[in-house]
Amino acid sequence: MSILIDRNTRVMTQGITGKTGAFHTRLCRDYANGKACFVAGVNPSKAGENFEGIPIYGTVRDAKQQTGATVSVIYVPPPFAASAIDEAVDADLDLVICITEGVPVRDMVATRNRMRGKKTILVGPNCPGVITPDEIKIGIMPGHIHKKGRIGVVSRSGTLTYEAVGQLMDLGLGQSTCVGIGGDPVNGLKHIDVMRLFNDDPETDAVIMVGEIGGDDEETCARWVKAYMKKPVVGFIAGVTAPPGKRMGHAGAIISGGKGTATEKLAVMEECGIKVTRNPAEMATLLKSVL
Amino acid sequence: MNVHEYQGKEILRKFGVATPRGVPCFSVAEADAAARDLGGKVWVVKAQIHAGGRGKGGGVKVAKSLQEVHDFAAKILGMTLITHQTGPEGRVVRRLLVEEGADIRKELYVGMVVDRSTQRVTLMASSEGGMEIEEVAAHHPEKIHKVAVDPDAGLTDQQADEVARKIGVPEASIAQARTFMQALYRAFVECDASLAEINPLIITGKGDVLALDAKLNFDSNALFRHPDIVAMRDLDEEDPAEVEASKYDLSYISLGGNIGCLVNGAGLAMATMDTIKLFGAEPANFLDVGGGATAQKVTEAFKLMLKNPAVKGILVNIFGGIMRCDTIAEGVIAAAKEVKLSVPLVVRMKGTNEELGRKALQASGLPIISADNMADAAKKIVAAVNGKQGRPV
Repeated sequence: MSILIDRNTRVMTQGITGKTGAFHTRLCRDYANGKACFVAGVNPSKAGENFEGIPIYGTVRDAKQQTGATVSVIYVPPPFAASAIDEAVDADLDLVICITEGVPVRDMVATRNRMRGKKTILVGPNCPGVITPDEIKIGIMPGHIHKKGRIGVVSRSGTLTYEAVGQLMDLGLGQSTCVGIGGDPVNGLKHIDVMRLFNDDPETDAVIMVGEIGGDDEETCARWVKAYMKKPVVGFIAGVTAPPGKRMGHAGAIISGGKGTATEKLAVMEECGIKVTRNPAEMATLLKSVL
Repeated sequence: MNVHEYQGKEILRKFGVATPRGVPCFSVAEADAAARDLGGKVWVVKAQIHAGGRGKGGGVKVAKSLQEVHDFAAKILGMTLITHQTGPEGRVVRRLLVEEGADIRKELYVGMVVDRSTQRVTLMASSEGGMEIEEVAAHHPEKIHKVAVDPDAGLTDQQADEVARKIGVPEASIAQARTFMQALYRAFVECDASLAEINPLIITGKGDVLALDAKLNFDSNALFRHPDIVAMRDLDEEDPAEVEASKYDLSYISLGGNIGCLVNGAGLAMATMDTIKLFGAEPANFLDVGGGATAQKVTEAFKLMLKNPAVKGILVNIFGGIMRCDTIAEGVIAAAKEVKLSVPLVVRMKGTNEELGRKALQASGLPIISADNMADAAKKIVAAVNGKQGRPV
């Protein structure tokens, strides 16, 4: 199995003709089963055309009806990203992965409100995407650094996720699925949601959870892990040295009002039985030690 | 992005939030004129800097004559104001707000933020006006009342009235408090604010509800919609290095240590800073060169780090994904040559084409120390800077 996506997932790309969308659609199509997976593009002004053989539709609904795609990946520019998510939600897609960085928070508050009671799952925005190695990659992560295996990875950051994957590979450990949930304050899946999925996935044996300063999602997830998780979890939190009140690159990476510090998160995770390291070079060795 | 108190009040007034009358002033003469024009018998002279705690630091004075306005303005303008939010170096006061004095009967607190767990704008209110909300939260959490606002409905009359009563707004002022809070909510949403704090909100002797102070922060991702707010940006209040970095689309934050670091990705950049600390030194900066780290960007990043005289060594940590390590290596070599690098440089590259990258660094003839992993890299740069072996602490 794996979580969220696999070789049978059919994907449409919203923003397929833009520079980023075009570049990454090529790489995704060339990865593993990508040629069969990436079946449609969406662009209202280019309906009927195609992107290197991938047909372009005017709306998400059309793309879904014509190709059977149930998942969308979004690369459209920030001012239009939230309405692109809205369109995918209104078309009742199963999963929307929004890669776009820089979406206004107000737009996401409205979009998340619209999503209440809908079936669509959102990953991101401002995330690298999701990969089930050797089957399908949806997003901007480098596919070739991964291989199929039984470790789940969930993270708020892009390159730090690749770092964790690189370390796993050095130890010969493959991954079931890697999920980049993104660095924005108002987003879709949280650590806890992904952890639930990994818990239920028979092909995931253990999970690396990578967090960072800001908010309390890691703490919420840690408490859930303590109560329900049947598999070992190890963790790292970036930003022990981050000063308060400063946004550390990601819109959501900020210590505000003394809340959301790395030290606090690490303490709660440890209390909840998650093995943590303060040395990010040791994420994978720590994981291996709990297998 | 932050704005000054007087700018925040200007914005809020457009939405119907009541404030005392006031005039921004850049000189003592302007302050004199402002006080005369405002009239009345009491004025408040307020230093305008992007930091809280101005009153305690001597930056807010109540004047009871035009002469006092003049004297306070002369004293505050140009002073280096030190508050708990400015750090020990303080901030030079370049602008003042001269306001009519207010007859304060009650001081309350009203704030708004986007709450991450409910994913809604949340109104926070407290009877403890004038105190920092973090202090109230720590000692009297029961005195903070929160309401999550449904974006479709907005802040309803019922919600506003209920909160107003809970924080002790007198019955006669409830309607005004409702109007105030609803106007504040509209301003918050329509201006894409990320934080609004009215501390204190006051009830005057006549029962009027006024914003005596105003702190607004805006979502930088939404500034494209607000050229009027962008025009309020005061570069004097920002770190020059951070302003410079933003020109090159680099995400940079100055820190207090002596090891500069250049990393791709925000999470990895924080992790790199943490590793430097773990091995006994302090990072001089946070610097994320982003995904498309071109040679030019890397060069600008080097120049930026080296402008800081405290920097005694540089650690480059790159995970090459789509961006290949050999491309990054070329950028690092070009940058090191262009800036005639004179401090130790440790480079750790991992990922796509890492071997090619490493070879390029070796072949460059530059004294670059190469490292296998993040811990090794941190150890090596700490050792190079301190002249001894770094070790975990």
